[in-house]
Amino acid sequence: MSNILKSALLGTALTAATATAVMAEGVELEITHWWTSGGEAAAVSKFAEAWTATGNTWIDGAIAGSGGTARPIIISRILGGDPMAATQLNHGRQAQELIEAGLLLDLTDVAEAGGWADIVNPSSLLDACTLDGRIYCVPINIHSSQWIWLSHAAYENAGLDVPTDWNEFVASSGDLQAAGTLPLAMGQQGWQQNIAFGAITIAVAGLDAWKAVNIDKDADVARGPEYTAAWEAVANARELARESNVQDWNQATNMVITGTAGAQIMGDWAQGEFAVAEQVEGEDYSCLPGLGLNPVLDTGGDAFYFPVNDDADITAAQKELAALLISPETQVSFNLAKGSLPVRGDIDMSTANGCMQKGLDILADGGVLPSGDIAFSQDTTLQIEDLMAQFWSGDMSAADAQESYAQLIEDAD
Amino acid sequence: MTVASEPPSHKGKRPSRLFKNWMAKLASLPMILTALVVFVGGTAWTVTYSFTSSRMLPKTSWVGFDQYERLWNTDRWIISIKNLGIYGICSMILTLVIGFSLAACLDRKIRFESAFRSIFLYPFALSFVVTGLVWQWILNPDFGLQNVVRGWGWESFTFNPLNDPNTVIYGLLIAGLWQGTGLIMCIMLAGLRGIDEDIWKAARVDGIGTVKTYVMVIIPMMRPVFITALVLIASGIIKLYDLVVAQTGGGPGLSSEVPAKYVIEYMFRAQNLGQGFAASTMMLCSVVIILIPWAYLEFGGKKRG
Repeated sequence: MSNILKSALLGTALTAATATAVMAEGVELEITHWWTSGGEAAAVSKFAEAWTATGNTWIDGAIAGSGGTARPIIISRILGGDPMAATQLNHGRQAQELIEAGLLLDLTDVAEAGGWADIVNPSSLLDACTLDGRIYCVPINIHSSQWIWLSHAAYENAGLDVPTDWNEFVASSGDLQAAGTLPLAMGQQGWQQNIAFGAITIAVAGLDAWKAVNIDKDADVARGPEYTAAWEAVANARELARESNVQDWNQATNMVITGTAGAQIMGDWAQGEFAVAEQVEGEDYSCLPGLGLNPVLDTGGDAFYFPVNDDADITAAQKELAALLISPETQVSFNLAKGSLPVRGDIDMSTANGCMQKGLDILADGGVLPSGDIAFSQDTTLQIEDLMAQFWSGDMSAADAQESYAQLIEDAD
Repeated sequence: MTVASEPPSHKGKRPSRLFKNWMAKLASLPMILTALVVFVGGTAWTVTYSFTSSRMLPKTSWVGFDQYERLWNTDRWIISIKNLGIYGICSMILTLVIGFSLAACLDRKIRFESAFRSIFLYPFALSFVVTGLVWQWILNPDFGLQNVVRGWGWESFTFNPLNDPNTVIYGLLIAGLWQGTGLIMCIMLAGLRGIDEDIWKAARVDGIGTVKTYVMVIIPMMRPVFITALVLIASGIIKLYDLVVAQTGGGPGLSSEVPAKYVIEYMFRAQNLGQGFAASTMMLCSVVIILIPWAYLEFGGKKRG
């Protein structure tokens, strides 16, 4: 019932928005997304500017709240027969059933005309948009989660050197605690704890074990010794983050910025917070991709999908927009504002900061992994996040958690 | 109009009961249809699809009781049920006790009664979302109650229920009680005002104390009022959702999860309709299990007697 209500409310809000939008020549496209924080809104306005420059109209359908709030609204609008012209979703399996139901526009001809197969790097991003050989979405950017952010102020206060990898961080955590600083800041939400778990697993259990579990869904490996070591490391990290009472990820990032916490494991979107606080990479904070041990990045991110529309003009405009979103100029301006990595390797990103350069180097070296959104269904993802939430906030033993996790991997789809 | 109100004449036969007051029945037809289609139909549809493996879209791929098996093997669901149990029992008892006590106090013809009544009822005018946020701040150790008391000089004072998995549900309870008791108080007060003055006089003549009169005489007389209050409190407990989302988000960890939140998250975030439907069917079952014996006792008993 609530999704109908939500879409009705949203519909009303959007009608109001449409009415006040300035009428212009060309086609009006309504684009929904959940980029509402300062940096994100600045990034999306780059798209809007590029689109308006073509003589068309961009009707902004920003939905406040995170993807968890916005996604059901977006999906229920598509299902309910009130589709927007284009919408943000995370590429991966979130839209698979919508594609199977024939509700999303086939972009294969645009992709072939633009030679996407050659320019999109890593190619797994395009694979995530592909179902049965047809392409249904435009990858926009790459966000990766395997980063640890270290506060220089916290380490200077304790008279310590800033660690250069996870092992050094763990070794120095005792001294940090003795100096009255919380070693690890952690927002008490399942998805953040899952990010930390994923990053620590890649660092401790190694890439092969991680791939066996996340890609091949091998429950035996999830029960094996590599994962036992990983779970023990996570249990140790839990103790390092024990005093962290914050909920939202940006509150945890703020603890690193102010030096009340030594580090945070969070995706590269945390950079936006450091930028807003006018911190300088290398002076005020450091970033270590892959926790400094295994420099690999997953390739989650955002993509645009275009729901099927009866109006031929709108369909043509949708394809025009699809081509525009992946064009070199738009990719550079958008990703610099967003702090994310571009989906094509053939453009000049030399103005990006040190952390982004590290990310670009890893991408160029091919150190990429599929993201959780691609590897697991939303259902499995939520079950894993529930387990993480339970584990990090309580006293569950590493062995019990490992067994529960292996069970989830066994049932995963 | 006179033509319409004339009873239909059937020679030798009594008019069928079905067509008696047919105008009124016609007028209520939309409501009857709404009730049947939306409530009964929607419920039946939900229960039916809880036996399928529907993910984002409803599909008729039958899997028997698999969704229920998974549901009852999920820690999060068990935690949710336990939380609702604790919250439900405490909230039911405390709301009734506090609501009645406040009403009885106001009924003693105190000064500024209407001012107190407004103050106690005021929280009810706020939504659960606002209530949740306000109490999240009040219970926050860094700038809420704990900080204030420490500021008064009691340095070791610790009151941090929302960050402890064992006590977080009581933090929710405080906010729930703060929000809900005012309304119950008003209903109780209306009930108390409905009691005949002569009862009090008779009790005074017999030399029965005030408290004893309340407990032994007045409360049994207020049975219908108590039932209304009970139904209101119970429905509030079952649909507990927005308060949790606003105040704790289900945390820390899973320690303040509730069943309604499980349903919403598995239907929309996990895109697993079958699992969400199974959970909502279990919620319906629990309501039915409580409701049917009670309705039987309450209404069935009266007809016999």
